[in-house]
Amino acid sequence: MSDLIKLPAATLGAMLSDGSVSAVEVTRAHLDHIDAVDADIHAFLHVARQSALDTAAAVDARRGAGEELGPLAGVPIAIKDVLATRDMPTTSGSKILEGWIPPYDATVVARLRAADLVPLGKTNMDEFAMGSSTEHSAYGPTRNPWDLERIPGGSGGGSAAAVSAFEAPLALGSDTGGSIRQPAAVTGSVGVKPTYGGVSRYGAIALASSLDQVGPVSRTVLDSALLHDVIGGYDPLDSTSLTSAWPSMAAAAQAGLADGALAGMRVGVVKELNGAGFQAGVTQRFEETLALLSAAGAEIVEVSAPNFEYAVAAYYLILPAEASSNLARFDSVRFGIRVNPEDGPLTSERVMAATREAGFGPEVKRRIILGTYALSAGYYDAYYGSAQKVRTLIQRDFDAAFESVDVLVSPSAPTTAFRFGEKLADPMAMYLNDITTIPANLAGVPGMGLPMGLAPEDGLPTGLQVMAPAGEDARLYTFGAALEQLLEASWGGPLLSQAPVLTPTEMFASEEGAV
Amino acid sequence: MSEITAEQVAHLAHLARIDLSPEEIDHLTADLVQIVDSVAKVSEVATPDIPATSHPMPLTNVFREDVVRPSLTVEQALSGAPARDGDKFRVPAILDEE
Repeated sequence: MSDLIKLPAATLGAMLSDGSVSAVEVTRAHLDHIDAVDADIHAFLHVARQSALDTAAAVDARRGAGEELGPLAGVPIAIKDVLATRDMPTTSGSKILEGWIPPYDATVVARLRAADLVPLGKTNMDEFAMGSSTEHSAYGPTRNPWDLERIPGGSGGGSAAAVSAFEAPLALGSDTGGSIRQPAAVTGSVGVKPTYGGVSRYGAIALASSLDQVGPVSRTVLDSALLHDVIGGYDPLDSTSLTSAWPSMAAAAQAGLADGALAGMRVGVVKELNGAGFQAGVTQRFEETLALLSAAGAEIVEVSAPNFEYAVAAYYLILPAEASSNLARFDSVRFGIRVNPEDGPLTSERVMAATREAGFGPEVKRRIILGTYALSAGYYDAYYGSAQKVRTLIQRDFDAAFESVDVLVSPSAPTTAFRFGEKLADPMAMYLNDITTIPANLAGVPGMGLPMGLAPEDGLPTGLQVMAPAGEDARLYTFGAALEQLLEASWGGPLLSQAPVLTPTEMFASEEGAV
Repeated sequence: MSEITAEQVAHLAHLARIDLSPEEIDHLTADLVQIVDSVAKVSEVATPDIPATSHPMPLTNVFREDVVRPSLTVEQALSGAPARDGDKFRVPAILDEE
């Protein structure tokens, strides 16, 4: 049943629940499709064929015995390789962790298992989530299902490509500066960065701890909401986890499908995130989306966030500073590879330096050195200290904007997917891909990315970013589901139904672990 | 503000415990000059009256009851180690003999 792979997770869940399809059938359909297309796409670093089928069979058996299971029980899911999984290798896209099988599950992974989802495997990413293209993966890039010569975004290009190539209906991502929302934009999929602290990071390999959030990746807003409900909520194992009670995100998304859900909603357009440097087709689809919102009764208000201009600069001081500290744990003692220096005495310090030289890729080295510089005596106040002040200013910009609007919108990315190699030699050009997404991470507010049509000039997906005040993730789902419904009506169906049909490749690479 | 030299990058690499080849140091020096020039603009608006923010949410220290709870076994903790000696991580000499 190849049609099974096209269905949203919500539909699959309902069909599994009423017995019209089994979890084994659904899982097998996705594994077969991974076999057919992933040699080209390379969304997966590891495919757990047998354990996925075993998990699915167990779900079917329990359902057959009359057990009541959750709304996503038996639905397959792909997991970004930044998340610890006790039964699958976890590398964070780095050679330094090649083959590492963690002795524990990340909390979000444990919650997936408790909700009876079926893990299919681990998805590719830029090394330690540093990048916007997956070109910095130590295991080779993921390709964009819309055009195999182009990047799928990053760092979570593997998760976004997996859902948009119909290899999985759901995936988990992580977003430090846009790593969920920017890949969603360039692959025509949906992704959400929750409020900071809304989803546990226990077992997520840390990049920049004051920015990292784990979140859902899917093809529809409702599917992300259903997944958010599974992974979200307080976790005592993460000391930054918020203790607040959260409403049902799925219910919020359903509310968005009702007539008039957008009427009276105040939608702020961030002046500074809609201008020079944006591709013409991105701006055009954005303006059309605003017109659609306005016609549905939303009030469009231009707001100014003058300090967003400094967000990328602040981010590329704060992130490397925190990353240089977090990545100090890769010391060749407790996990990962160990490489001895070619000559000279074998001391711990020299082995650590040789291991990190061999195990880290160029972008990781670049950011660790930059972070070490930013934290050095004599530079700390000028760089890291100033960046933290900019963070205050950006939070104040958000506070002021949310006094007059309910949500803020902007394009999720300034351009459609670019070609491999185009920005690899110029780090600043690569960093500017995240100009629209970084402010939300600096302020901790939730952000959603969803498709807003194909750019006329190249036929590639563009994405809309929606942001809400901290803690108001549910508002994103109501707004997003309402807008998605309007957009799909204007397109005559989901945007991904316009994606090129992927032809099976001759090379079947997906034997267990061999991808 | 940024006079970054190859010697400085070599020193930073030592502090960060990463061996770098002379070619890598040259590349990184050029990259750092460009990146630091771009990010230095934070100082334009970071005036003395603005307080610094280290974290997106106002959080205070989080404590738990001081009671034993499940944790990794010795075998689990050592399962990813490149080298072990009985129940311990095995490491190269900590001190340089020179």
